[in-house]
Amino acid sequence: MGGMEGFGPVPVDDDVTFHEPWERQAQGLAIPVQVAARSNLDAFRHAIERVPPAQYLEGYFHRWARAFETVLVEGGVLAAGELDERLTGQTPSTAPARTTKAVPGGSGAKRPGDTPARFEVGDQVRTTAARTSGHTRLPGYARDRAGVVAAVSGTWVLPDTNAHGEGEQPTWLYSVRFPARELWGSGAGEADVVYLDCFETYLEPVT
Amino acid sequence: MTTTEPFAPEIRLEAIESLLLEKGLLDLDRVEQRLEMITTELGPMNGARAVARAWVDPDYRSRLLEDGTAAVRELGIDGPQVEMLVVVENTPEVHNVVVCTLCSCYPWAVLGLPPAWYKSPEYRARVVREPRAVLADFGTEVAPDVEVRVWDSSAEVRYLVLPERPAGTGSRSESELAALVNRDSMIGVRRAGQVDD
Repeated sequence: MGGMEGFGPVPVDDDVTFHEPWERQAQGLAIPVQVAARSNLDAFRHAIERVPPAQYLEGYFHRWARAFETVLVEGGVLAAGELDERLTGQTPSTAPARTTKAVPGGSGAKRPGDTPARFEVGDQVRTTAARTSGHTRLPGYARDRAGVVAAVSGTWVLPDTNAHGEGEQPTWLYSVRFPARELWGSGAGEADVVYLDCFETYLEPVT
Repeated sequence: MTTTEPFAPEIRLEAIESLLLEKGLLDLDRVEQRLEMITTELGPMNGARAVARAWVDPDYRSRLLEDGTAAVRELGIDGPQVEMLVVVENTPEVHNVVVCTLCSCYPWAVLGLPPAWYKSPEYRARVVREPRAVLADFGTEVAPDVEVRVWDSSAEVRYLVLPERPAGTGSRSESELAALVNRDSMIGVRRAGQVDD
């Protein structure tokens, strides 16, 4: 939601980690839900992103609670509607078959890669203009924008595939520097810049 | 979800928890142990130790800026979300501020869990587009000729700001200095010593 307009002041005094006990409970369930569903962090994030926009804005842990159900149903742990049946006191469904496509991850997200890095520090690059309905870590505000590689950060699990059961596909990651005016136009601060971590698949060389 | 009832997360979480327990897929003791660990052992006191050390020890400062993960491990600090910790230094010419516009990525091992405002749509939407106005929400003014760098944590790299050492602290000990390093100064929305000191 970077750059989305219409939001007011940052609630700087809303300083707590958890407002209510159920938010702490949600924090605690995030990993067990992923493990139970044989899912992974990228698939969980994609489930959060698929929460409809109005519901997404209800609250941070509200959307987690919705995403847990998505992950558990897609992982075959819960049948579709099983949670509602539980809440309305109906008979539980028969045990569902596993349907998950996401694959559990190992520890951390850094992985050895087997290809040389395509870019080096100082290279001019442009981010892809392509939109995806799947998971990606290229923010919408930074599509089709020109920047300069500021650091080469090693090879990592590619969220775009890992969220969809298409493997970890270790991919080079770069810190890319974008002038604020490239992202937001001439009204942005002349001395402001944004650094983004961009996977190699998001980048094209600028010649 | 087919019900037309208002969404009640606390009720749904209870139901999810009980279903997972019945299916033998949840160990509540382990959940509680992990929650206890991430809410008590992790926190800004860890990042503050690294910052204070960097202020008094130029060699440590160099190592912290070169490889944040290795440098905080020197101090016995490790844990979730610092697989690759990058420390960015505030100077008279550069002011750094950290966000995750896509979700809520945050360097847990050095700062603990993020505060609610860090996860708010207001912060996530605005700080990349109008960082100076957001800094003003925190009472932080940055001179027009200072470069504001916004670090959007879009992958698994995590960022920690090394704030400027407050003026007039030359005689303070390392532990006294650590007490000046507030959490917000390591996110980059305030300066060290500005609050909580």
